[in-house]
Amino acid sequence: MVHSMSPELSRRLLRDMIRIRAVEETIAARYGEQKMRCPTHLSIGQEAPAAAAGAALARTDLAVSGHRAHAHYLGKGGDLNAMIAEISGKVTGCARGRGGSMHLIDESVGFMGSTAIVGGTVPVGVGLALSGSLLERNDIVCIFIGDAVMETGVFFESANFAAVHKLPIIFLCENNLYSVYSPLDVRQPQGRSLAGVAAAVGLHATAGDGNDVCASYDLIAAAAARARAGEGPQFVELATYRWREHCGPMYDNNIGYRSEAEFESWKERDPIKLFTHVLQAGDIIDQAWLDAATREITQEIDAAFAFAEASPFPDPSEAYADLYSKEVMACL
Amino acid sequence: MPVMTYAEAIRDALSVALAQDPSVIVYGLGAPDPKGVFGTTLDLHKEHGSRRVFDMPTSENAMTGIGIGAALGGLRPVLTHQRLDFALLSLDQIINNAAKWRFMFGGQRSVPFTIRMILGRGWGQGPTHSQNLQALFAHIPGLCVVMPTTPDDAKGLLLTSIFGEDPVIFLEHRWLHNLSGETPQGDHRIPLGKARMMRSGGHVTVVAMSIMSIEAAHAVDHLAAQGISCDLIDLRSIRPMDWPMIEESVRRTGRLLVLDSGHETGGVAGEIVAHVATKCWGDLRAAPRRLAMPDVPEATSPALTKDYHVRAEHVAEAIAALAGREAEFASLADARKYPHDVPGDWFKGPF
Repeated sequence: MVHSMSPELSRRLLRDMIRIRAVEETIAARYGEQKMRCPTHLSIGQEAPAAAAGAALARTDLAVSGHRAHAHYLGKGGDLNAMIAEISGKVTGCARGRGGSMHLIDESVGFMGSTAIVGGTVPVGVGLALSGSLLERNDIVCIFIGDAVMETGVFFESANFAAVHKLPIIFLCENNLYSVYSPLDVRQPQGRSLAGVAAAVGLHATAGDGNDVCASYDLIAAAAARARAGEGPQFVELATYRWREHCGPMYDNNIGYRSEAEFESWKERDPIKLFTHVLQAGDIIDQAWLDAATREITQEIDAAFAFAEASPFPDPSEAYADLYSKEVMACL
Repeated sequence: MPVMTYAEAIRDALSVALAQDPSVIVYGLGAPDPKGVFGTTLDLHKEHGSRRVFDMPTSENAMTGIGIGAALGGLRPVLTHQRLDFALLSLDQIINNAAKWRFMFGGQRSVPFTIRMILGRGWGQGPTHSQNLQALFAHIPGLCVVMPTTPDDAKGLLLTSIFGEDPVIFLEHRWLHNLSGETPQGDHRIPLGKARMMRSGGHVTVVAMSIMSIEAAHAVDHLAAQGISCDLIDLRSIRPMDWPMIEESVRRTGRLLVLDSGHETGGVAGEIVAHVATKCWGDLRAAPRRLAMPDVPEATSPALTKDYHVRAEHVAEAIAALAGREAEFASLADARKYPHDVPGDWFKGPF
């Protein structure tokens, strides 16, 4: 791992990864309490692309994501209290308890929404970019996708339109090799890369190590610069790995869809461990920095869970609210 | 007040919206082509620019999601499908995103998005170019479904849809495109959720939408000359529905006939009959009736569509039966001077 970025940026990336990991580990540890009562897809092992994207994008840039969105939301700067409250079904949640883990939103930092249908927000992101183009905003849009999105029709339809209109978009693909339990080799032909497919559609495509946060940052920052310069839609494929089960808090290597050896080889390449070693070796951080960061993050997470716990549930009447504008609601 | 056709009224509404608000965009397959979607988008790109009025790839699902994203980003998109059947490729984006965004994100942001779909019947449109699936869309909480009948309503409801805050499925019957009528100029708006009393009378309440309101008007006028008078309610909006107008009428007449251009099972007519049966039971003097499309797809050959659709004579027969009166209605069919599978001499196909 060659390291040439500023100490400030390096520390931010490491801290953001540690924070995302700690949030997810806390959710996993407390999931059994039955207070977070919604399907939850954890990002443990995949923290680097989210932290890198959060740092490479401007706060005013926009992002959308899918079902595994906690890391993307936090990386972009989404409010932690509102996320934990949302997963807990509280009225202080980012969607007032209507969305849960799979429907996160924090427009104040440009995180415009994540939804539960694979590929579902891909055209929404393209449409946001179209609006920016027509209304002459200078934001770019990051569309977080996984490898399975590359099997949906809507990806190709959306990428094609983005290419025709040269829209300022980054399709940021975390390739974690599995769609639930289905491995890549039953879903893609041998010898064809996702980035190669994206390039054939007309996206400027690059690929790299998604467990190397520096490499991830460099690829995303370069793609962002090209998109901002009017060079059209970009595609960045980052190879990474999901440590835990597809949905839920447990490890699931025992059920036989992937090998323990494969899991261990990826865990050896833990993005946080790798980057911690690099920064310690370069005297960018020391143990005291790590201890302080961990302590602050733990306090922040404890406070977020306490906030969610103390927050009220939405009033039952909210189950029927906000379906339409007030003009139409008055007709119902 | 100028007289224009339904198609011209749609075009006029789009032109008014584009001129009035730079956030309005109009797109769809063929929107700027030389035919301009039956004239409804003709040359709009020349007046308002090809950045705001544009053609699209044959990608209905993505182009719907792109409209949703554009709406979230501050635009007011209007997407046009030359056939409703094509829009079925976009049900994911319509149902999972457009209908739910406002609700599932806690009411933070609405999706002001108008999706025009043209539906029809006859002249060989067949199983996949003729479907009247208003019930499918009306089943989805979060969608508005609009089916105007007259040029005036087409313009007024389209402008309200475009400048409202909700996703609207705007259904235009192809057989209405050549219908002429007085249509107000400028920014003319008609609220969603308000039906229109097309005819007033005391014997029977007839509820209809779109092309069925025209068939019903012929029947109701024919029977009025024979002393049977009807309330004819043209729904205009399927969702939200003008229940107060329907209930008030049924309470007066005690007799209900609902017409539906869609299939019978799970249809809008069934919903209206169920609503009236539960809300106005004590006021009913006869069992409600409905006339809808049979529960089979529309075939292509004219030989197979001859008796498939509900026409004015069938409506008149049903009204007379509900009213318990003898009436003449065969002459309604005899009065039509053109084949059964076209709306009039103006329609020569192909679609």
